[in-house]
Amino acid sequence: MSEVSLTVNGKRVSGVAEDRTLLVHFLRENLGLTGTHVGCDTSQCGACVVHVDGKAVKSCTMLAVQASGSTVLTIEGLANGADLHPVQAAFKEHHGLQCGFCTPGMIMAATDMINRHPEGLDEATVRVELEGNICRCTGYHNIVKAILAASVTMSKGAKGKAKQAA
Amino acid sequence: MGIEGVGARVARKEDKRFITGAGRYVDDMVVPGMKHAAFVRSPHAHAQIKKIDVKQAQGMPGVIGVLTGKELKADGIGNLICGWMIHSKDGSPMKMGAWSPLAFDKVRYVGDAVVVVVAETKSQARDAAEAVDITYKELKAVVDAPRALEKGAPQIHPEADNNLIFDWELGDGKATDAAIKAAAHVTRMKIVNNRLVPNAMEPRAALGHYDKAEDHYTCWTTSQNPHLARLVMSAFYNVAPENKLRVIAPDVGGGFGSKIYIYPEEIVCLWASKKTGVPVKWVADRTESFLTDAHGRDHVSTVEMGFDKNNVITGLKVDTIANLGAYMSLFSSCVPTYLYATLLSGQYNIPAIHANVRAVYTNTAPVDAYRGAGRPEATYLLERTMETAARELGVSPAELRRKNFITSFPHQTPVIMNYDAGDYAASLDAAMKASDYAGFAGRKAAAAKRGRLRGIGMSNYIEACGLAPSAAVGSLGAGVGLWESAEVRVNAVGTIEVLTGSHSHGQGHETTFAQLVNQRFGVPIDSVSIVHGDTDKVQMGMGTYGSRSGAVGMSAVAKALDKVEAKAKKIAAHLLEADEGDIVIDNGTLKVAGTDKSVPWFQMALAAYTAHNLPGGMEPGLKETAFYDPSNFTFPAGCYVCEVEIDPETGTTEIIQFVAADDFGNIINPMIVEGQVHGGIAQGIGQALLEGAFYDASGQLLTASYMDYTMPRASDLPSFKVSTSNTPCPGNPLGIKGCGEAGAIGSPPAVINAITDAIGITDIAMPASPSTVWAAIRATKR
Repeated sequence: MSEVSLTVNGKRVSGVAEDRTLLVHFLRENLGLTGTHVGCDTSQCGACVVHVDGKAVKSCTMLAVQASGSTVLTIEGLANGADLHPVQAAFKEHHGLQCGFCTPGMIMAATDMINRHPEGLDEATVRVELEGNICRCTGYHNIVKAILAASVTMSKGAKGKAKQAA
Repeated sequence: MGIEGVGARVARKEDKRFITGAGRYVDDMVVPGMKHAAFVRSPHAHAQIKKIDVKQAQGMPGVIGVLTGKELKADGIGNLICGWMIHSKDGSPMKMGAWSPLAFDKVRYVGDAVVVVVAETKSQARDAAEAVDITYKELKAVVDAPRALEKGAPQIHPEADNNLIFDWELGDGKATDAAIKAAAHVTRMKIVNNRLVPNAMEPRAALGHYDKAEDHYTCWTTSQNPHLARLVMSAFYNVAPENKLRVIAPDVGGGFGSKIYIYPEEIVCLWASKKTGVPVKWVADRTESFLTDAHGRDHVSTVEMGFDKNNVITGLKVDTIANLGAYMSLFSSCVPTYLYATLLSGQYNIPAIHANVRAVYTNTAPVDAYRGAGRPEATYLLERTMETAARELGVSPAELRRKNFITSFPHQTPVIMNYDAGDYAASLDAAMKASDYAGFAGRKAAAAKRGRLRGIGMSNYIEACGLAPSAAVGSLGAGVGLWESAEVRVNAVGTIEVLTGSHSHGQGHETTFAQLVNQRFGVPIDSVSIVHGDTDKVQMGMGTYGSRSGAVGMSAVAKALDKVEAKAKKIAAHLLEADEGDIVIDNGTLKVAGTDKSVPWFQMALAAYTAHNLPGGMEPGLKETAFYDPSNFTFPAGCYVCEVEIDPETGTTEIIQFVAADDFGNIINPMIVEGQVHGGIAQGIGQALLEGAFYDASGQLLTASYMDYTMPRASDLPSFKVSTSNTPCPGNPLGIKGCGEAGAIGSPPAVINAITDAIGITDIAMPASPSTVWAAIRATKR
């Protein structure tokens, strides 16, 4: 057993976990953050994607103890209070989800993807970058649409902020 | 159409919880005192169980109980059943072998559950499961259905000689043989429909809780039909009487058929909860899902299609062997029979059809309905054959189809179905236009200059859904009726709850069912709540599969709304001192037509509950129930066109464009319908290009993880061009046909027709993976 201390969605949390406990299980079972899902055993499906220190990580590929000391953002912490994150809003507007099971991982992966491409995204890039996330419901059509739309919204937002700062 | 009414692209009400991580799936449920189960499963495809030693496991840390099939049987828990009786052509009933929720004498496929371990944590349960020592005597296994029928094949169930479950036929054999014999041209093919794993992203899960004080059970389960689960577990598996068993299917992460059935695990969790005195949760890992979720398809067929000298179809003869796996799953028998052979007329006028189907046991996972269920197999067989016939006859595939289309309705086929409405030429024209079919030759030539093989393929599917008229399916062997129920409760402040027996696991019912209410009463959809998935809240219902929620589930809601509307108008007429025939409901207000007299919806509702001033003899309250039993199946149809480019050096197939032109009847929310089509097409393209469940000869599943089973990824697919040209369904009050399965039904033959066109061959196996395509191209050069 090991002590795990994290900052999750802006809050300092700690707990004791078996050494073999994966980050995803620590989030779900110790912290009750069940928005992060487990869809496979081989780090293929991406339903468990969270951000660790600002980077998208499959939380089933990381031990909880490995993540100790890190800052973690999960789907539950993505919105700004009642205001949805632009990626969340775009998934709703463009019907980028059906059963909702892959959605938290998709949204966290998409947010990271958009952040890594400040120059903007095209359809081919989005499709290639979604390699690590599987959806069985949507055929990806509307997920791709939602990510492209969110990318435009976020770049406008960034430009707006830059203007304000100047 | 209002902004939230029927036909509007309303964003989904349910999305907020899913996009914020607040969805509630079975694995998210926590009950005080809850413990965890792990199953010990057979590593052998076929073996006798000689000894089960649980001693070491019982002593492992955290272990609460280690339970076996003998104990389960001793407690009177029943075997799993198939609920649809099929009789062979000799009149004998299908041969259903015993399927114990925990095997105790013999195992019949890799993954067969043998022992369950309950422990404090999931890890402890798994550790202890590994310590259970089972001695097996291995037997020879058979995984291939035609082989299982051969003399000397391993005998899987004592009830089924030579592994034959039934040998069934439909149609007029003599007339068909005569038609084929007299035909000017006969196209003959062997058609293999590959085995698939449904792969809903949420793995199956169950949480069983026995409350000793109340002598009552609760089961949270990943089900598409919780009421059916309760009925079957009560009536057949003897888990508990219905009134003492509550089944809850909360948010469910996709189903595609695989979550219709009642599996061993939910039965065992409920039983184990009583046995151990603690709530017991089990969640499948992905490999368990691959091994034990009901698989789909797996048909081997031969087909003969006869044409006269004018290229008019004269007869169709089909012989199919269907692999049902090691046990007969809940609806397995109806899939290769009444959901398959009844659709073999397709969109075509075929005077004589005969189908013979043999269903077979093998040492593989049980096979049951997977998105489309029988209809994809029929469509694939027919549309591959039509394409081949067109090539053999030297005519355009589109025009051969058009020439043979059914054009007047109703149309009685020779295989039971009575098509009620359709316009197949309209879909064909729409798809050809959207795909620029006419310009294909130019694109093919341009691709050839780039060294790439370009092909185009078409598929004109029809399916029967809106399952189903109860008396009709009863006469065909169904053990249940397939009606649906609804209850509409208008609250005293005018807000509304709709309780439905349909279950949403991605389909968006919380939005579309509310749109129906908005259309009728003008109440905002935010004031309409849809309640489903809990047998304690919702009266008996039949659940969601077979694209039935719109055509059947919503029709039940519409019937209940009729009753609410009638009573609301009576109350309004009384309040307004008018004739009830003069009351109209307009945007949330009940008005006397042609006057300025009106009463708001909420005030009428309040009057119903204060009951101070109701018409004489009227009961207080405003709540109505309806059961709707459809009068016929519904018949969605459409035309899909797929265009591919193949790199001959690597065998890689790229889908350049995929066009779908569907006829779904009336549509409640086009955005949601398009989403259903997109997802279905992706699964169909997956079947054609990527997916296949492969067993080795000893019965080990070689494709039991996402490392080995190729799920369609975003980069495997294009954006789709979808459209609809709709003929309303005359059979139900809303004119809905259903849209959930069409994409998966219509797309595989379009893809394979395109690939064979590109390479210039007659057939290629699904999945047409790069290595298969590459080998096929090489073979043409020999």
